[in-house]
Amino acid sequence: MSQSSRQRQRARSAWLFLAPMICTLLLVAGWPLLRTIWFSFTDASLSDLNAAEFIGWGNYLYKEDGEWYGLLADAVWWKSVWNTLTFTLISVSLELVLGMIVALALNVNFAGRGLVRAAVLIPWAIPTIVSAKMWSWMLHDQFGILNDMLMGVGLISAPLAWTADADLSMVAVIMVDVWKTTPFMALLMLAALQMLPKDCYEAAKVDGIHPVRVFFRVTLPLIMPAVLVAVVFRALDALRIFDLIYVLTSNSEDTMSMSVFARQQLVDFQDVGYGSAASTALFLVIALLTLAYLYLGRKHMRVGD
Amino acid sequence: MRQTVDAKQLLRKTAFYLLVAAIVVFSVFPFYYAILTSFKSGSELFVVDYWPTSVQWANYISVFKGTAFGENILNSVMVSSAVVLVSLMLGLTAAFALARIDFRGRGLMLIAILSVSMFPQVAVLSGLFEVIRGLGLYNNLLGLVLAYLIFTLPFTVWVLTTFMKQMPKEVEEAAILDGASNLTIIFRVFLPMMWPALVTTGLLAFIAAWNEFLFALTFTLTDGQRTVPVAVALISGSSQHELPWGVIMAASVIVTVPLVALVLVFQRRIVSGLTAGAVKG
Repeated sequence: MSQSSRQRQRARSAWLFLAPMICTLLLVAGWPLLRTIWFSFTDASLSDLNAAEFIGWGNYLYKEDGEWYGLLADAVWWKSVWNTLTFTLISVSLELVLGMIVALALNVNFAGRGLVRAAVLIPWAIPTIVSAKMWSWMLHDQFGILNDMLMGVGLISAPLAWTADADLSMVAVIMVDVWKTTPFMALLMLAALQMLPKDCYEAAKVDGIHPVRVFFRVTLPLIMPAVLVAVVFRALDALRIFDLIYVLTSNSEDTMSMSVFARQQLVDFQDVGYGSAASTALFLVIALLTLAYLYLGRKHMRVGD
Repeated sequence: MRQTVDAKQLLRKTAFYLLVAAIVVFSVFPFYYAILTSFKSGSELFVVDYWPTSVQWANYISVFKGTAFGENILNSVMVSSAVVLVSLMLGLTAAFALARIDFRGRGLMLIAILSVSMFPQVAVLSGLFEVIRGLGLYNNLLGLVLAYLIFTLPFTVWVLTTFMKQMPKEVEEAAILDGASNLTIIFRVFLPMMWPALVTTGLLAFIAAWNEFLFALTFTLTDGQRTVPVAVALISGSSQHELPWGVIMAASVIVTVPLVALVLVFQRRIVSGLTAGAVKG
């Protein structure tokens, strides 16, 4: 057999090996996504999806008697968009800063480092639902330990209703998310820190350069690519948040995310058409960000080469 | 002069260890407090304690008594294991093609797989609901196995591809010279060398499936078919305002202890798997 025909045969067998995976992904991701987009242009109801009829852009926006209706005119939806963006921005920023601090601490060689690293992994291992339940007990307005602590040190004089108060519930959601996902950020950054060359640090030490300056001038630029990837992954995750908010503050509009809004329309109100429109909108937001990320990543890689 | 240097160093060391202690307390405290609560019952629950006062198993007994919690645990174990097996099987052959064969469209394929792993789950909810009902798998654990592949499969393929790329070329060439087919190369040559990677990937997929909530909540209906996250979320008291916090914490601890144990045992692998899945991408 000649070299090139062997090559061609291998290329053909590649598709054979990929086929089962591709078919499965088409069944669970490709086709359902297309159907969801299709449903968003219909008046489908959960009780009878087959009776769905095409209604055009009606779920998104339409005008009747001088009034605008549809998703884009829905104040609750816009509130959920705003909540999702606020949540993503604040929690990812906090996780970035805290994760960096944890990563820098874990990068120091000290006795018991392995144990500390194990402890840091615990929040990541706990299922989101369970951490939501644990925290809703800790945040309980009457018997919660957090109020007890804060009152103990004199920061507050009366217990706070963390998950019920309109102003506090977003704080509570962000707090729990930061607790749960900071370890992930920290570990990704730690991995990047440990790949750094040692010699430039020794040079900096000999020259007597202040560690803070070394961090911003040497460490940060070197680990920037890894940090960016971690931030993008976390941000895409945060944008689709569902379970934490669903369990911690149930269907409250003060913290409702885009995913929670879409599921409420789809399942609780059985309005598959409208819910699918909301899902499609969320998909578009995430798809655009993914594309931007892939484009930038490619550019970056080419520069890196 | 010497003394001030020492004092300064001591101060710095103390500050560092305080920071480390704060990190540990911050990470572990909620889990510790859940365990503490799970051993309390009656009016004890409504007194805030920082240290264990008594150990009672009442909550642990009532989680299993008269509820489907035992079945729920079994459901989660079965669904998560099945998802891991299917993902590894499909992922292994796919990763072989993506890592070892140079074919047109490979880069595009990898990007498509990465994009699927970024899908918001809710975006496929109505379409997947229809597929699952069409296949007669609504309120059936197999339906969940199918649904979970949407996030475990891209992840598995991606991570296994990363690992498979690192396999030495010589081994493969030697096998080809011996006339081994591609399937033989995958299962006889690479599989034995890939055990660490398979364990890592399988473990991460298992944890992801064990923790999944949205699909499990939407695609199951009866107590007996639920997985543990849904069961924990739906525990309720005799009235709406009277949540049995002791029981909820006991259930939470039961669901979490195996995971924490797995993570602690395999922590090195998990870190390498997470970085293979994210950073190198």
